[in-house]
Amino acid sequence: MSGPWCFMRAGGAVALEAVPDLPLDALRAAVVAAVGAGRRLGCWCGDGAGRVYAVLVDDAAGQLLVARAPLPDSYPALTPDCPQAHLFERELAEQYGVVPVGHPWFKPVRFHRRLTPGPDAWGRPDDEAVLPGVADMFTVAGDEVHEVAVGPVHAGVIEPGHFRFQCHGEVVFHLEINLGYQHRGIERAAIGGPHPRSMLQMEAAAGDSTIAHGWAHCQVVEALAGVAAEQPALDLRALMLELERLANHTGDLGALAGDTGFLPTASFNGRIRGDFLNLSAAVCGSRLGRGMLRPGGVRFGLDAARREDMRRRLERAGADAVHSCRLLFATASVQARFEDVGVVRPIDAAAAGLVGVARRACGHPADARRDHPADGRPGPAGPAATAEGGDVHARAFVRFAELQESLRLADGLLQRDAAATPPGALRCRPRPGHLAIGLIEGWRGPVLHLGITGDDGRFLRYKVVDPSFHNWFGLMLALRDEQISDFPLCNKSFNLSYCGFDL
Amino acid sequence: MDAPLLLEAAGRALAHLAVLTLLPPLLIGLIAKVKAAFAGRNGPPLLQPYFDLAKLLRKQAVFSRTTTWVFRLGPVAAVVTALLAGLVVPLGGLAAPVSFDGDLLLVAYLLALGRFCTILSALDTGSAFEGMGASREAAFSCLAEPALFLGFIALALLLPPGGGLRLAELLAAAPDGWRLAAGGMALVAAAWLVVLLVENCRIPFDDPNTHLELTMIHEVMVLDHSGPPLGLILYGAAVKFAVIAMLLLSLVLPRGGGLVADLATGVAGLLAVAVLVGVVESSMARLRLLRVPTLLVSAALLAGFGVVLLAVH
Repeated sequence: MSGPWCFMRAGGAVALEAVPDLPLDALRAAVVAAVGAGRRLGCWCGDGAGRVYAVLVDDAAGQLLVARAPLPDSYPALTPDCPQAHLFERELAEQYGVVPVGHPWFKPVRFHRRLTPGPDAWGRPDDEAVLPGVADMFTVAGDEVHEVAVGPVHAGVIEPGHFRFQCHGEVVFHLEINLGYQHRGIERAAIGGPHPRSMLQMEAAAGDSTIAHGWAHCQVVEALAGVAAEQPALDLRALMLELERLANHTGDLGALAGDTGFLPTASFNGRIRGDFLNLSAAVCGSRLGRGMLRPGGVRFGLDAARREDMRRRLERAGADAVHSCRLLFATASVQARFEDVGVVRPIDAAAAGLVGVARRACGHPADARRDHPADGRPGPAGPAATAEGGDVHARAFVRFAELQESLRLADGLLQRDAAATPPGALRCRPRPGHLAIGLIEGWRGPVLHLGITGDDGRFLRYKVVDPSFHNWFGLMLALRDEQISDFPLCNKSFNLSYCGFDL
Repeated sequence: MDAPLLLEAAGRALAHLAVLTLLPPLLIGLIAKVKAAFAGRNGPPLLQPYFDLAKLLRKQAVFSRTTTWVFRLGPVAAVVTALLAGLVVPLGGLAAPVSFDGDLLLVAYLLALGRFCTILSALDTGSAFEGMGASREAAFSCLAEPALFLGFIALALLLPPGGGLRLAELLAAAPDGWRLAAGGMALVAAAWLVVLLVENCRIPFDDPNTHLELTMIHEVMVLDHSGPPLGLILYGAAVKFAVIAMLLLSLVLPRGGGLVADLATGVAGLLAVAVLVGVVESSMARLRLLRVPTLLVSAALLAGFGVVLLAVH
């Protein structure tokens, strides 16, 4: 299908004139057709200047499809024909006051005022504060139905979010999730940028995905500037990305073990996760990889001696991690807890537009490292790790397979270029009137950043789409007809970001 | 009764009381230590539960405005019922200070009374979490009761007809049981081990270390307690653990030594049970809540087969 689209690659930029400007009806029809043909809605957002942009991700062809349309005050909602759009449309309404008529569950996403002046989509008075979480919740009527509310303050040291269960005894009919408590206004802050602070703000979009968000931002700024980072810098970024994946997958598998009360893997993985984080610190001084990336390059190099040292440490931590996780998958009582719990059917996963680990656990091999490689060269060899079943076990198993693959990738990257990699970044001056998209496969899934520059070469609009934005709905699906006591385990198997969603 | 015998009996009663009241927190500390060792950590000090109790007793209690006297009754009942039940249960050769016909029913239902009060005090808070925990606790304890009583029936078969259902006599028959039908006794012991784990909310039934309210059974029922009442609950839970462990141990411990020997084997037995629980908790995951009833019914079946084997010996 060629259709009314502009085709581009991840990390690419186009002049705005080259982006087809369709009537809204045509764009709407084109999105429905493209999603029907197996593409994924990567982004549906306004630009603050009266247009809406659609980005579709075509994993099979390694392409991104972009088009735009003028945006009226209200339009017939996309969601009834394309369920993936449901959060994007709510977000669009919240940010620009555009009402999608016929949206089946129309409520705010992050509970903030709109980005541009104008009437509120819900008619909330201007002089009243918008409080997070204050919205109608879905309820089930009946004497035997009871409601359980969890959060936003939780028993553990985790981020805030509100979960509302409609239960029949121990069985969950429906779960609704209210987020937005950590909204910081990252997209708003980027307007008029890139500012000196923009890089730091993007790194903090979701702290556990610092490298993924940082790199996606670098891709956008570099593409807008027409600059390509040098190969050694790209290798170092790829190394940091795999270290981030190793630390988080190890931590997640340990946390899953902890939630089932399986002590050995829970405690070993806690320590091993620290070993991987320390490897990130060995490169840039931050265990989360903060301060490593800059548009145009990297801020720290890696000499031969340190590479050797890191390879040794990686091998040791990797062997421990694999051993500890094998124990998890070899213990029958753990497997009994993982299997057939929190099932998301593949057809639902595709319809809801799930991404990353949650999608691969439904047998769909989408992986941006392979499908949309950062520097245009082929990604990791072999197909992406997938699992069948869409249950907690599948999500855990995909993580284990990816952990082992990342160990090989990181070791290979450490062997590349024995000579010291000099730090440094090229100058990036974004071109005016361009649109660029960054797409990086973080450990949770693909992180998409979209930047549009105005006539002054400054960001007219900057959009961040964390994989959590797509996947929270998957957690709600996983809990349908599930035991409420299995919610923590299901939640951990997704391990989604609150701040990455709240931005 | 002459003076030396009286002195001996008093000594045994005192030793029993001392074990019952002072030792239980150590068992909880020992479980934590074993789990820490499996996890490759040092873990908290062995005496940490005593420190915790001392800390909690010095703290101020906070009571929610929605609660009534029922909420305050729970912790007191938990301790009192566990201690009273302990007075009737012998520890191996250490006879129970109190013993009378039908006391085994009292033990079972004192523990049930404590649980009933805990459930009421949980419901009194009006919290959705505590309500869920209360319903789970009620359901699972119903299923655990048959295993305990079938075990009593198996032992009663060893006694001459017309016995008074006195716990001391019943448990004193255990050595005969091992001689006549060791298989049946082993089944009863296995069933009672399951009862020990479920009554004390240990893995694989409940996870005493979890912070996840939605998965908890017992822990969630005491979330709203604080300060001295929480201390009472923790102490009561430890005593209850010791009491059920004493029941289990009376099946297997040798007896008939001197006071010191009986005391030593009793204490060693309790410590061994704590280590065993620690090992179980370190080596397996918790059951899915849906599967808990299956295992409890299996335990009742084990005890039932124990009855059959002891009946046909």
